[in-house]
Amino acid sequence: MINRQGTEITATSDAERFAPVIRFGADAALPLDCGASLAPWDIAYQTYGTLNRDKSNAVLVCHALTGDQYVANRHPVTGRDGWWKTIVGPGRPVDTERYFVICANVLGGCIGSSGPTSIDPATDAPYGLDFPVITIRDMVRAQARLLDHLGIGQLFCVIGGSMGGMQVLQWAASYPERVFAAVPIATAARHSAQNIAFHEVGRQAIMADPNWHGGDYFTAGAVPEKGLAVARMAAHITYLSEPALHSKFGRNLQDRDRLGFGFDADFQVESYLRHQGSTFVDRFDANSYLYLTRAMDYFDLAAEYDGVLAEAFRDTRTRFCVVSFTSDWLFPTVESRQVVQALNAAAANVSFVEIASDKGHDAFLLDEPEFFQTLTGFLHAAAEKRGLASDTAREDI
Amino acid sequence: MTQTTFHPNGQKTRIDLQIIAGMISPGSRVLDVGCGDGELLRLLSSTRDVDCRGIELSQQGVNACVAQGLSVVQGNADTDLVNYPTRGFDYVILSQTLQATRAPKKVLEEMVRIGRYAIVSFPNFGYWRVRLHVLRTGRMPVTGLLPHAWHDTPNIHLCAIDDFTRLAREMNLVVERFITLDGDGKLNLFNRFPACVNLFAAQALFLLRDKSAP
Repeated sequence: MINRQGTEITATSDAERFAPVIRFGADAALPLDCGASLAPWDIAYQTYGTLNRDKSNAVLVCHALTGDQYVANRHPVTGRDGWWKTIVGPGRPVDTERYFVICANVLGGCIGSSGPTSIDPATDAPYGLDFPVITIRDMVRAQARLLDHLGIGQLFCVIGGSMGGMQVLQWAASYPERVFAAVPIATAARHSAQNIAFHEVGRQAIMADPNWHGGDYFTAGAVPEKGLAVARMAAHITYLSEPALHSKFGRNLQDRDRLGFGFDADFQVESYLRHQGSTFVDRFDANSYLYLTRAMDYFDLAAEYDGVLAEAFRDTRTRFCVVSFTSDWLFPTVESRQVVQALNAAAANVSFVEIASDKGHDAFLLDEPEFFQTLTGFLHAAAEKRGLASDTAREDI
Repeated sequence: MTQTTFHPNGQKTRIDLQIIAGMISPGSRVLDVGCGDGELLRLLSSTRDVDCRGIELSQQGVNACVAQGLSVVQGNADTDLVNYPTRGFDYVILSQTLQATRAPKKVLEEMVRIGRYAIVSFPNFGYWRVRLHVLRTGRMPVTGLLPHAWHDTPNIHLCAIDDFTRLAREMNLVVERFITLDGDGKLNLFNRFPACVNLFAAQALFLLRDKSAP
C-alpha cells in the first residue's frame, strides 16, 4: 500500500520560515500533467479557525498568481498583513469563528511549497528550469493530497480569485464529491489570448535580464531583479482600470512641480509602478513567476472534456457562486458568464453576481461591500444546507 | 424583470405568487424566470422544500437575491433559456414577465422544453377596464395594472386571455390549470364561467405542459 501521508518537516530554512511545511517522500510522488512525477515534494500552508468534529467546516482558499498562503496573518517576508483579511477572519464573510480555513502555497510557488527554487535531489542545487512545468490541475492535485494528509474528505467550500478561481473550477471538475460549495471569483475557464500575451511580455522581460542566466541565477549569484520588476509593472497595469488609475494618479507629477525633460519618474503613476516592481522582487522568485504564468496560460478546463465546458460539471452537486467585477478587463464578466452558461447547461445550482466596481481586476482583493454581502449570503445559505451550526450566523446579511 | 414590468397591487405576498406556490409539489425543481427580488423563491424554499433557481435581468435584483442565499443568475428570458437542459426542471415559472419578452412564443417553447410544466401569469388585455379605457379615450390604456405610458412601457407584447389560449392550442400545449384574478388581485368570481373570463379577469395564470412530450 502506498503511503499517501506526508510528514511535517522543520529542518530546511524554508520549513523554518514558512512552517508548517509537509513533505511527501519518494513513496508519495506527485504525478504531473506533463508526464513527470515529482518526489520528494513539499507543500506549505496556513490554517485559521478550528476544524469541527465531523470535519465538515473546512474552507480551502486558493491564492492568485502572486499571492501566498498568508491569507489573514502577517507575511514572514514582507511583514505585511494577510492579503485577504477583508474576507477571511472573525466575523468576516469567510468567518473563521465558523469555518476552518486552509490556504496552501501553490505548487511551483516560492513560499515554502515545491517550485523552481527548491533543491533538486539529483543535483543538490535549486531546480531552476529543471523543475517540471506544472498546470492548474497539478496545483489542485497537490492540494488534494494535503487535505488527505489533514484527514479532510469533503471541503465545505473552495474559494479563490483570478488564478485561485481557476483552481476552484478545477477542484469542482476534478473532485466534485469533495466540494460542497465553490466560489470562483474574477476568473475564467480558460486563459484568453490577450492574457497569454501579457504573460509572455512578463516572461520575456525576465528572460531578457542578463542576470537570469537561463534560469540558473542562484549558481551565478545575482538574481534578475530588473526583469522581474518590469514583468510585475506590466502585469500590475492589467490588474487596475483606466478610471482607477485616473482617479488615483491622474497626470499628477511626483515630487516636482514641472516636467523634468528626462526619464526619471516624472509622473506619480510611474513612481507607483516602479515601487510595485521593486518591492515585488523582495518576495517573489523570477523562475516561479515563469512557471505560474505558464500554468495559467495552459489552463483550458473544457479541453479535458472534448471542448464542452458543461461536461466538466456534469451531474455536479456542488453549489456555485460565480462573481465578476464590471471594470475587470483581465477577466471580464463575459468569461464568468461562459462558466455560468456551462453550469446552467449541466443543471448545476449556480448563483452569479457581477459587482459594480471601478477598481479593475484587483477589486476582488479590495473593500467591496456588495461583494461581501453576496458572498456572506451565499456561504450562509450553503452552510445551512450543509448542516453547519448557525449559532454565529449574523443578522446583517 | 418583474421590477420594471407589471406589478399587481398587493404589498404582502402577492396572491398570484401564493397560487403559483400552491401549484408546485414539494421536493420539485423550480426555475423562476424573472424572479425580481426573489419573493416567490423565498416563499417556495421556505414553505415547500423546493430546489429553486432564479434568473433575473436586473443586476440589483440578482445581488439582493444572492445576498439572501437564493440561487440566482443574471440573465434574460429571451436569450438565456437556450442554455438550460431539456427537462432540467419540474416547473419553469414566468410570472408577469411574458408580455415584456421580445419573443413570447419562443420563450414559451423553451419553458415547456426545460420544465415538465410551465407556469405563466400575465395581465389580461381583454379586461373590461382596458377595453373601456380604449373605447372612452381612444388612446392606449393606462390603468392601475398597466401603469406605463405607451412610449416607456416594458410591456411590448400584451395579450388577452383568449389570445393566449389560442397560442397555447397552436403550440400543442395542454392547459392543466387556469386561474384568473380580478382587479383587486383576488380570485375572480368568474373563474367558473370560462366564456366571461376574458372580459372580467384582470390577470391570468396558466399551468401548462407540452402535449407531445413524454
